[in-house]
Amino acid sequence: MDLLRFITAGSVDDGKSTLIGRLLYDTKNILADQMEAIERASKSRNTGEIDLALLTDGLRSEREQGITIDVAYKYFQTPNRKFISIDAPGHIQYTRNMVTGASNADLAIILVDARHGVVEQTRRHSLIASMLGIPHVIVAINKMDLVGNSEDAFLEIAKSYQELANKLNIKDLTIIPVSALNGDNIVDRSANMSWYTGETLLSVLENVNVLKDQNQEDGRFAVQYVIRPQTDELHDYRGYAGRVQSGTFKKGDLIKVLPSEQESKIAKIEFGGNEIEEASVLESVTILLEDDIDISRGDNIVSLNNSPIVSQDIEALVCWMDDRKTLKPGDKYVLQHGTARSRCSVRDIEYQIDINSYEKMDEVESLKLNDVARIILRTAQPIAYDPYQKNRANGAAILIDETSNVTVGACMIE
Amino acid sequence: MSLPINEASVSAAKKAPDYLDQLEAEAIYIMREVAGQFERPALLFSGGKDSITLVRLAQKAFAPGKIPFPLVHVDTGHNFIEAINYRDELAEKIGAKLVVRYVEDTIKAKGLKEQTGKNASRNWLQTFTLLDTIEEFEFDACIGGARRDEEKARAKERIFSFRDEFGQWDPKRQRPELWNLFNGRIQKGENVRVFPISNWTELDVWAYLKREGITLPSIYFAHERELILRDGKLLNNTPVIESDPEDQIVTRQVRFRTVGDMTCTAAVESSAATLDEVIAEISISRISERGETRIDDQQTEAAMEDRKKGGYF
Repeated sequence: MDLLRFITAGSVDDGKSTLIGRLLYDTKNILADQMEAIERASKSRNTGEIDLALLTDGLRSEREQGITIDVAYKYFQTPNRKFISIDAPGHIQYTRNMVTGASNADLAIILVDARHGVVEQTRRHSLIASMLGIPHVIVAINKMDLVGNSEDAFLEIAKSYQELANKLNIKDLTIIPVSALNGDNIVDRSANMSWYTGETLLSVLENVNVLKDQNQEDGRFAVQYVIRPQTDELHDYRGYAGRVQSGTFKKGDLIKVLPSEQESKIAKIEFGGNEIEEASVLESVTILLEDDIDISRGDNIVSLNNSPIVSQDIEALVCWMDDRKTLKPGDKYVLQHGTARSRCSVRDIEYQIDINSYEKMDEVESLKLNDVARIILRTAQPIAYDPYQKNRANGAAILIDETSNVTVGACMIE
Repeated sequence: MSLPINEASVSAAKKAPDYLDQLEAEAIYIMREVAGQFERPALLFSGGKDSITLVRLAQKAFAPGKIPFPLVHVDTGHNFIEAINYRDELAEKIGAKLVVRYVEDTIKAKGLKEQTGKNASRNWLQTFTLLDTIEEFEFDACIGGARRDEEKARAKERIFSFRDEFGQWDPKRQRPELWNLFNGRIQKGENVRVFPISNWTELDVWAYLKREGITLPSIYFAHERELILRDGKLLNNTPVIESDPEDQIVTRQVRFRTVGDMTCTAAVESSAATLDEVIAEISISRISERGETRIDDQQTEAAMEDRKKGGYF
C-alpha cells in the first residue's frame, strides 16, 4: 500500500471542507469522539445541520470566521491506499498558502461551483497547480444538486474548463460532477446522475499512478550531512547522507560531484548502517565513494554522464510570499536549493503573470504578496539545477530574507 | 554499530514503495536536515512510543555513527516508572547522552504555583522547564514526536516550527514550508521545534514499531492495575493525583494508549498483550487517541492551540 498526497482548492463557499469531511465520513475515517465534537460545534453555530467542514478548520480564528486560513493536513486510508489530504485556503489573499500546499502534492482537486461555472479562482487555482507541476488534476464540479443534476450544465462547464486547461500544463485531467453535501460521486456513485458513467472521486484517488510521475532517469543526490563516526573500528569511514531526489544510484556507478566537478565511483550504498544494492527516488540513504574527495553539505552527487545545469545565473518563476516587503531588482536574498544555500541578488523582473487572466505584464517594478513573476537571479555560488517542469525536486528553490530569516519566495527554476 | 535489517523493507523498496518506507525516508531526511542546519539540536525523549520511534529513526539516519545530539527529557515527576526506566535503559544501550531536567526543580526555583484540585496537572508547567533547558544548553532545535493527526492545532503546524525567544508559536505568522526545503535559519535565542513524524498516524507508529521489532515499556500492553474511575476515565491510582470523594477505586485489565504525565493520561480497558493485538484493537477503535486518553485537551476547543502559543509542544 502506498501514499498519495493531494491538495483541495476552492474558494470560501465552494464546499471544499465539506468535500474533505464527506470523503472522511464515507470512508469511515471519522471517529466517534470527533463526530461528537463536530455535532456539538454545529449546534452552537445555529446551523442546525451537521457541518462536516468543521473537521478541518483547526485554528480558533478559522472557526470564528468559518474559513480556512492555513494549510491543514488530514490523514485517512482505504483498503487500497493511504492519503494525506492538504486542505488549502482558496481566497486570493492566501495564494501563498495554496502554493505551499501544492508544492508537495501528487494530485489536485479543484472545486467548481456548478451554479457559477469556471470563475476567476478556478483559473487561479489551475494556474498554481500547473505552475507547481502537479501531475494529476481532478476538477470536481460541486453542488450539482443545485443545478438539478443536469448533464447539460455539467458538459458546458467541462467544455469551458477544457479550454482553460489547454493553455496550461496539466498532464492528466479528470472532470467529475459531484455533490459533497449529499455524497454524490464522492465515494459512492450517484443515483441522481445516472448519465455520468465515469469514475467517482475516490476511485480516481485510489487508482492514479504516482510512481510514473517521478523522475527515474536523472541521478541526483543532495548531500545533507557527512557521517564520520571517528571511532577505532570506523576510523576512515566517510558516508554522505542524503535523499535520492531523482533517478537511481547503484554500487559501482560513476558519479560527479557538483559544483566541484570531481569524479569518483560509488563504493557502497548503506541504509541504517547496512549495505543495500541500490537506492531509488526519495530513499534516504548513505553513499560511500571510492576516492577520498572533499564533499560537504550543499554539494550534489550526480550521475557522471547525466549532468544538471551548473550556473550562477538563474531564471525562475517566483511566487512572492512576504506581506511586509516587496521584491525589487537589486534586492539580496538567500537562495536555498536542495541542501545548498547561496546569497543571490535579483537582476530583473522580466514580467509578472496575472494569475487570474494569465496575461503577461511587462515593466513591473516590484512584486508584492501573492504576485507571480518571472525573475532573473544571480547567485554568489554556482547552483546545480534542473528545470522544474522536468525535475520538481531539483528545480525548486526558496528565497529567504537575510535579516528576518523568513521564507519569502517560492521559485520554480526554468 | 549496524541495525538489524528488515528483509521486507529492503525488497519492498524496489517495487512500489510501501507507505511505511515512504514515511521513514521522509523522517530520516528531516533528522538529517536538523543535524545539517543546526549547531546544537536535541531530541525530546519521554520513553513514550512516539519518541521511541524518533530514536529509532535517528539511529537509522546516522548509522553507523551515533546520534549526533542528546536525548532530553523534561520530567514532571509524575511520569510512569516503566517509561522512566525504559528511557534510562535505552539511552545507555545506544550510547546516547541523556539530559533530564525536573519540573519540581523549576517549581522550587521560580516559586511557580501548581494547579490544585482534583484535575490538577503539571503538564502546563513543563513548558517553563523546557524553556529553561533550551536556554541552559543553548539548544537551537528540539526534535519532538508530535503528529498532525493527534489534534487540530497540530494539523496546522509546520514540520520546522519556528519559535521566538519566548518559545511561542504564532499560528498566523508561520513560515511557508515548500517542497522539502526546510528553512531553519534563526537568530540567537530563537529556536525551531522539528516534528519528523508529523505525517504519521497513530496506527503508522504502531505498525513501524512492529516492523522494526522494537520492545516498548510494559504499560503499553494489557495488565491488571488499580485505578481511579473518574468521569468515565481510568486514571492510575497514585498519590500525585488528588483524590475526590466521587472517585471510585477499581481494579481493571488495562493498557495505556499514550504515556504522558499520569495526571492527564487515562488507561483504556484492554486485553491486548502483544503489538499485533494492540494494532488490531486500534484499527477498529472508534475513538481517537487523544479523545480517549488525554484529559488536558478536553477543557476547551482550542486548548492545544493556546498551550502551543505559550511555548508548549
